[in-house]
Amino acid sequence: MKHIGAVALNTFREAVRDRVLYNLVLFALLMIAAAIVVGQISIGIEQIVIVSLGLSAISFIGLLMAIFIGVGLVSKEMDKRTLYALLAKPVRRWEFVAGKFAGLVLTLILNTAAMAVGLFLALLYVKHSLERSDTAVLVGVYFIVLKLALVVALALLFSCATTPLLSTLYTAGLYIAGQYIQQMRTLRTDLMNPALAKFMRWISYVLPNFDNFDVVGAAAHGRAVPAALIWQNTLYAALYCLIVLLAAAAVFSRRNLK
Amino acid sequence: MQVESGEVFGFLGPNGAGKSTTIKLLMRLIFPTAGTARILGRPISDIGMHQDIGYLPEQPYFYDYLTAAEVLDYFARFHDLSAADRRERVDRLLKKVGLETAKKIQLRKYSKGMLQRVGLAQAILHDPKVVILDEPMSGLDPVGRREVRDIILELKASGKTVMFSTHILSDAEMLCDRVGVIVGGKLRGVGAPEEIVGVKAHGMEILFELTGGEAKAGSLAAKATRTGDRYRLHVEEEQLYGALDQIRAAGGKILSVTQMKATLEEYFMNLVEADRAQAAAVEVSAQ
Repeated sequence: MKHIGAVALNTFREAVRDRVLYNLVLFALLMIAAAIVVGQISIGIEQIVIVSLGLSAISFIGLLMAIFIGVGLVSKEMDKRTLYALLAKPVRRWEFVAGKFAGLVLTLILNTAAMAVGLFLALLYVKHSLERSDTAVLVGVYFIVLKLALVVALALLFSCATTPLLSTLYTAGLYIAGQYIQQMRTLRTDLMNPALAKFMRWISYVLPNFDNFDVVGAAAHGRAVPAALIWQNTLYAALYCLIVLLAAAAVFSRRNLK
Repeated sequence: MQVESGEVFGFLGPNGAGKSTTIKLLMRLIFPTAGTARILGRPISDIGMHQDIGYLPEQPYFYDYLTAAEVLDYFARFHDLSAADRRERVDRLLKKVGLETAKKIQLRKYSKGMLQRVGLAQAILHDPKVVILDEPMSGLDPVGRREVRDIILELKASGKTVMFSTHILSDAEMLCDRVGVIVGGKLRGVGAPEEIVGVKAHGMEILFELTGGEAKAGSLAAKATRTGDRYRLHVEEEQLYGALDQIRAAGGKILSVTQMKATLEEYFMNLVEADRAQAAAVEVSAQ
């Protein structure tokens, strides 16, 4: 655990010292500020506009960070050869992979939290008080974090196996495909070739289901998110991350560093 | 190939010979297709054994955004050292490699030579029993090279085993108890530098001064290399006394007589040339 912690801390430090990160957070906060302006001219639906725009901005910026930092987590260390001295230490490769994941997720949690504070301040500014129903916004933020952890795990897996460009394409591709899981499952398969229908059904369970993490609508309208969904998403993200990280560790453990 | 405990072993070979590849195999950075290797009697896959190994990669590169003190502290965390112990070791090592005043500067501002020093510091930070250095003198100025040589000798004096790769043969001759020569991925010789090149003398060199007596020295002066009034002459061992008499008779002043031995460089070049000739022969026969 100490080794994972050391790698995670270093990954976190790298991300924090990267100024690009601050620009992204600043951009998200600006978007939230813009939501206030838009909210004020949308009489009666301020909350819907602010929460929708705010959560979307947090999600979008988080995704950019998760993908672009995530795909470089391992490949950058291989390209720059910073890994050589480290892997000669008594550290297992899976510990390195786990540490990298933990470090970036920690960074994303803190950034998402900073942006969420901005969103709540915007809500407070417009509504002058927060209500119990606003906890749905908090759940929305939590789901964004879960989603980002999953994206980081996927980016890390590809980062262990291929180039940053391909990793970006694969991760973004899986994210986009994962948005349409429900549509894949409700496709009219009776008109399809049976083999294709079977494949579609199978793939809809294998692909990461990002659809379930989207509760922007409920949060914007102040509808409570069912506790079962919170548990289900938490468990799903944890299990999926674990499987992807195991795959990443397996790939990286066999990787030759040229 | 076996490196004995407590010795300084030089791993020599031209660029592309396989020195770094061998070292990377030992460090688990790449995996062998065949064969086995052991360090301190334990297989290289034994992660615990790496607690006793220090490694300096070739042209090391570290995290740009960290300072030298931070990067050393980071590496020290993998060696079960307490925070106080880490701090003490980091300060001591930075002083040892001459980076004490630059310890708070981010590595992005470091020169190649400074990074090499950081690399050396991280390799010996945890007081390992075996130190493996890949081209440790590369990128260093004469002062830096001297310091690295001193550190290697210090490690040897404290009973550590040091293996380093280099293509700078004078460093190997100066520091190593034994050397191994690798050319084209094959180990071509292992032994003490003088054993490897052989002890047989390759003739004698006479350095003499001669003013205006060139005609008297005759054929000897013609064979010698001249720099001003000084001549440098190579003769076979059995011709030495005759040549000395001839120089004296011509009024020359003998400055020095040196026995010429083959150098590691000559041995090395012979191997490389033989390898190239063999490769060319194979190519011709293939055609």
